[in-house]
Amino acid sequence: MPRLPITKTPKVYVGGAFIRSESGRTFPLRDARGRLIGHVPQCTRKDLRNAVEAAAKAGPGWARRTAYNRGQILYRLAEMIEARTGELSHALAPASNRAAAREVAASVDRLIHYAGWADKCEQALGSVNSVAGPFFNFTTSEPMGVIGVIAPAECPLLALISLIAPAIVTGNTVVALASEPQPYPAIVLGEMLATSDLPGGVINLLTGLRRELLPTFASHAHLRALSGVANAEERTALERGSADSIRRVRLRADTARTDWFADTAQGLSMIRDLVEFKTTWHPIGA
Amino acid sequence: MPSAPARSVRRRRTPTAPELIFGNLWEFDPSPETADPKLKAQYDLLIDGRFVPARRGARFTSINPANEKALAEVALADESDVADAYAAAARAFPRWSRLPGSERGKYLFRLARLLQDRAREFAVAETLDGGKPIRESRDFDVPMAAAHFFYHAGWADKLTYAFPGARHVQPLGVVGQIIPWNFPLLMLAWKLAPALATGNTVVLKPAETTSLTALKFAEILQEAELPPGVVNIVTGAGATGAAVVAHPQAAKIAFTGSTEVGRHIMRATAGTGKRLTLELGGKAANILFDDAPLDQAIEGVINGIFFNQGHVCCAGSRLLVQEGIADEVVARLTLRLRSLRVGDPLDKNTDVGAINSGEQLARIKRLVAAGVREGATLYQPPCALPRKGFYFPPTLFTGVQQSHRIAREEIFGPVLSILTFRTVDEAIEKANNTAYGLSAGVWTDKGSRILKLSTELKAGVVWANTYNKFDPASPFGGYKESGFGREGGRHGLADYVTLS
Amino acid sequence: MSAVRTLAFRRFLHEVGPVDAVGVEERVAKYGTRSIKRQAKVFGLKLAASMVDLTTLEGKDTPGKVAALCAKALRPDDRDDGGMSCPPVAAVCVYPSMVAAARRALGPRSPVRIASVATAFPSGQAPLATRLAEVRAAVGAGADEIDMVINRGAFLSGEFTRVGDEISAVRDACGQAALKVILETSELETYDAIRAASFIALRRLRPGDFIKTSTGKTSSNATLGNNQVMLDAIRDHYLASGVAIGMKPAGGIRTAKQALTFLIAVKETLGDAWLTNTRYRFGASSLLNDLLRQLEKERTGAYQAPYRFSEATESY
Repeated sequence: MPRLPITKTPKVYVGGAFIRSESGRTFPLRDARGRLIGHVPQCTRKDLRNAVEAAAKAGPGWARRTAYNRGQILYRLAEMIEARTGELSHALAPASNRAAAREVAASVDRLIHYAGWADKCEQALGSVNSVAGPFFNFTTSEPMGVIGVIAPAECPLLALISLIAPAIVTGNTVVALASEPQPYPAIVLGEMLATSDLPGGVINLLTGLRRELLPTFASHAHLRALSGVANAEERTALERGSADSIRRVRLRADTARTDWFADTAQGLSMIRDLVEFKTTWHPIGA
Repeated sequence: MPSAPARSVRRRRTPTAPELIFGNLWEFDPSPETADPKLKAQYDLLIDGRFVPARRGARFTSINPANEKALAEVALADESDVADAYAAAARAFPRWSRLPGSERGKYLFRLARLLQDRAREFAVAETLDGGKPIRESRDFDVPMAAAHFFYHAGWADKLTYAFPGARHVQPLGVVGQIIPWNFPLLMLAWKLAPALATGNTVVLKPAETTSLTALKFAEILQEAELPPGVVNIVTGAGATGAAVVAHPQAAKIAFTGSTEVGRHIMRATAGTGKRLTLELGGKAANILFDDAPLDQAIEGVINGIFFNQGHVCCAGSRLLVQEGIADEVVARLTLRLRSLRVGDPLDKNTDVGAINSGEQLARIKRLVAAGVREGATLYQPPCALPRKGFYFPPTLFTGVQQSHRIAREEIFGPVLSILTFRTVDEAIEKANNTAYGLSAGVWTDKGSRILKLSTELKAGVVWANTYNKFDPASPFGGYKESGFGREGGRHGLADYVTLS
Repeated sequence: MSAVRTLAFRRFLHEVGPVDAVGVEERVAKYGTRSIKRQAKVFGLKLAASMVDLTTLEGKDTPGKVAALCAKALRPDDRDDGGMSCPPVAAVCVYPSMVAAARRALGPRSPVRIASVATAFPSGQAPLATRLAEVRAAVGAGADEIDMVINRGAFLSGEFTRVGDEISAVRDACGQAALKVILETSELETYDAIRAASFIALRRLRPGDFIKTSTGKTSSNATLGNNQVMLDAIRDHYLASGVAIGMKPAGGIRTAKQALTFLIAVKETLGDAWLTNTRYRFGASSLLNDLLRQLEKERTGAYQAPYRFSEATESY
């Protein structure tokens, strides 16, 4: 008689810990054949609030690390994922094994792409400005703070990582809402984050329903930017809600058909979208 | 970290402290600028390269805030006029955007030169219409506006160099731009120059109290033979602005003004796909450490708050001074206030001119009254204000607490709130304890401390041992609720293009 | 500059506070934008004339030349019958050997004072005893004021007490004569050093004494920036101690426009009480005739040729 396997209770990764929703609510997740995978936390606005608190707490320390160190940590995260390709591929079901393996590989490559940017993006984004006076004037980039990431339904691992990596590489911290139909890869990703060198709270992953959580993403004043994919109605609500705190909104239309595997889904411009620019003046004199 | 010991030279005061006399022994005679501003009695809208009256014929009066006299009648644009402007801009866009960058650049060089040629005339017009001292409009606003056109002219054929990795740099289309009344011509230049250099066409709305230099600039656009429709200027108040924001042909809205109106614009453009840049309010901290070059710091604090009557979004309206030197600094500031000359903006010796409007004056008075009510101590130097016109004396508040309205709300007037701190960390906390994040100042002789503060302060511009410096090459813009997007430099171009 | 970077200098600068060079230049640039017209201009020009230390400090000076200088000092405008259009200058400034000649030319109770540079002017490179002897000789010959140079070598080596003690010794040697302490700003190089040197001098001086920028014998002389840093120091010293010291920029101020700008700095930094020749002087020679030209222009409305005024050096 075959051994009865131990199933895993899906928990979300928030503030460096694995939690269930404070509400105790879950929704069942089934595979293509209808077999139960698990009961995934149906996170609430309070979970989102807690995640923002965790992200805000982790932010200053993360931003103060050297860019070199952040790059190392992103690279380490890629290593952890690469080593557990099988588990993540499995989590990406119902995608075919080949498609799932391809998405995991692309996710690893994406992390490595951004790991390499960590200590270079400033050289491409910043500037020394020749002003008409005896002043040294330079512009540097800085993290915005806590970024709300809203992942699309598709490419539940690759799109999520493609949105998170350019945010955290400069010292932002993230509260991300995973793909609504396919949240499980985010659950597994959380387990890998926990074993990487990434400090708790830098990435916080929530699962749940967009219609329940997006209004809080729209109104939470501590979220300094929103990045992700939304339909027209959601975008309008998120942008309108962002007016109160003058939040930066970087949402793509769900109709834009982003090819998450393509090189165009990565790069400096995505980093640039999630930094502030600061210009410093100082007189030159003896 | 503990504060350095206060210097004995600054501390030692005898019981009957010696006084300096800033009296009238050598009183300056009036020295009004006499250049002709060449204002017309009546101004129309600039649409499709021609001056046209508003379709419904409505007009409003622009007054001189220094004496409340009417200066000119200005056309009041409504939705239909704004629609005409957008139509003209949309017609002009294909040719303008396809023009070689080097040719577009030459138009901008022309604009810069023509503005330099007529600089004094524009300075006088700016002062008459807005109330700022002629010394500032002559030495700052107008030359800086010309410099912005000059700077951006050179970018027009070099845009791919501005964005590492970008193969194609494309303009957005028609851009709606709404500018404030504090630096009317300069803000016009900040908006038009990058938009035109990158190949966009523009519908621009000046502020209703300060439309005249924009309309005079329309004459320069004609003198430069800028193709019709590339820049259209619609004048009016909030309703006109709302029409500019709402028009479906706007690919982008660029706004400088209050945070409150910025929020309206965000809501109005939500879901429309319009790009947006906002340069909004501020409540900047000017942080003064006890090792600072004190005389220059005092001058910087004065310049930080009284420049342009404090009608500056990045004004250093909160002075955070280290406890050990607080009394000394307040004494120095009150002394310096007494040699500031308040009065007729056209007088070449005026340091602080007229408040831009009666409405703004009322707001300043309201907030100052709140400051007194909340328990802060008010100081105003003895100064005779003109009887007609909108004026407010340079004002200091001491004993201000973080919770006071005058420490939290943007006053946009010549009012400085003085708070104290003990340690570096406390200074950073207090400076950042605001929803705004446009600018900050740091005064200290210690280099590593400057870099620490410049890293920790949540502000888009940090002035160290200086204040209120601007340059076309220097990106300007806010963190947090002071808005987003940058103006100036390579970074300012990014908000007027799409990259691929 | 390396010599200045001594511990003593750092300590002293910490006490009196540093100066930001760009900030100073910015401040003084604003004085230049002041527009002085009509009555205010006439007042300023006359005030400036009354503050001139009319100077001749040349190896070829003779009693005759000094006599001519004194005549000019007493009655700057030779076409002025009543002496009302331009007041006499504050002082003539000559070498010690010329003091007696100046006294003969001016008489015992002249409104024009006699200032004499002493202390091995301009270098100061003589033994202290020699310098003090020179001071006593000049005072003995009738000098009302002594312009001394500080010991820059000692200052640059950080020997601030020695610099101060020498000033005290000269001050004592002056007796009733007023003392002007020349910092020789061009040899101090930085505004920080000028501020420090100002305080070293200020703390040794009596009311009625002055600090002074330069000898006029080096490459750069009085500038608005140096003037400002020294005025700021005078103000700080006055507010802290109640002792009011005067200021004398010297060298390089040749035009009326320049002089008015310096005076605006005084008005806006130290206020009305320093707008007098007991507290502010110009060490200059050609300045006086330019002040006269501008006064005459204000009076007549016509621009003037320089050679219409006595003692003019311009001949073209």
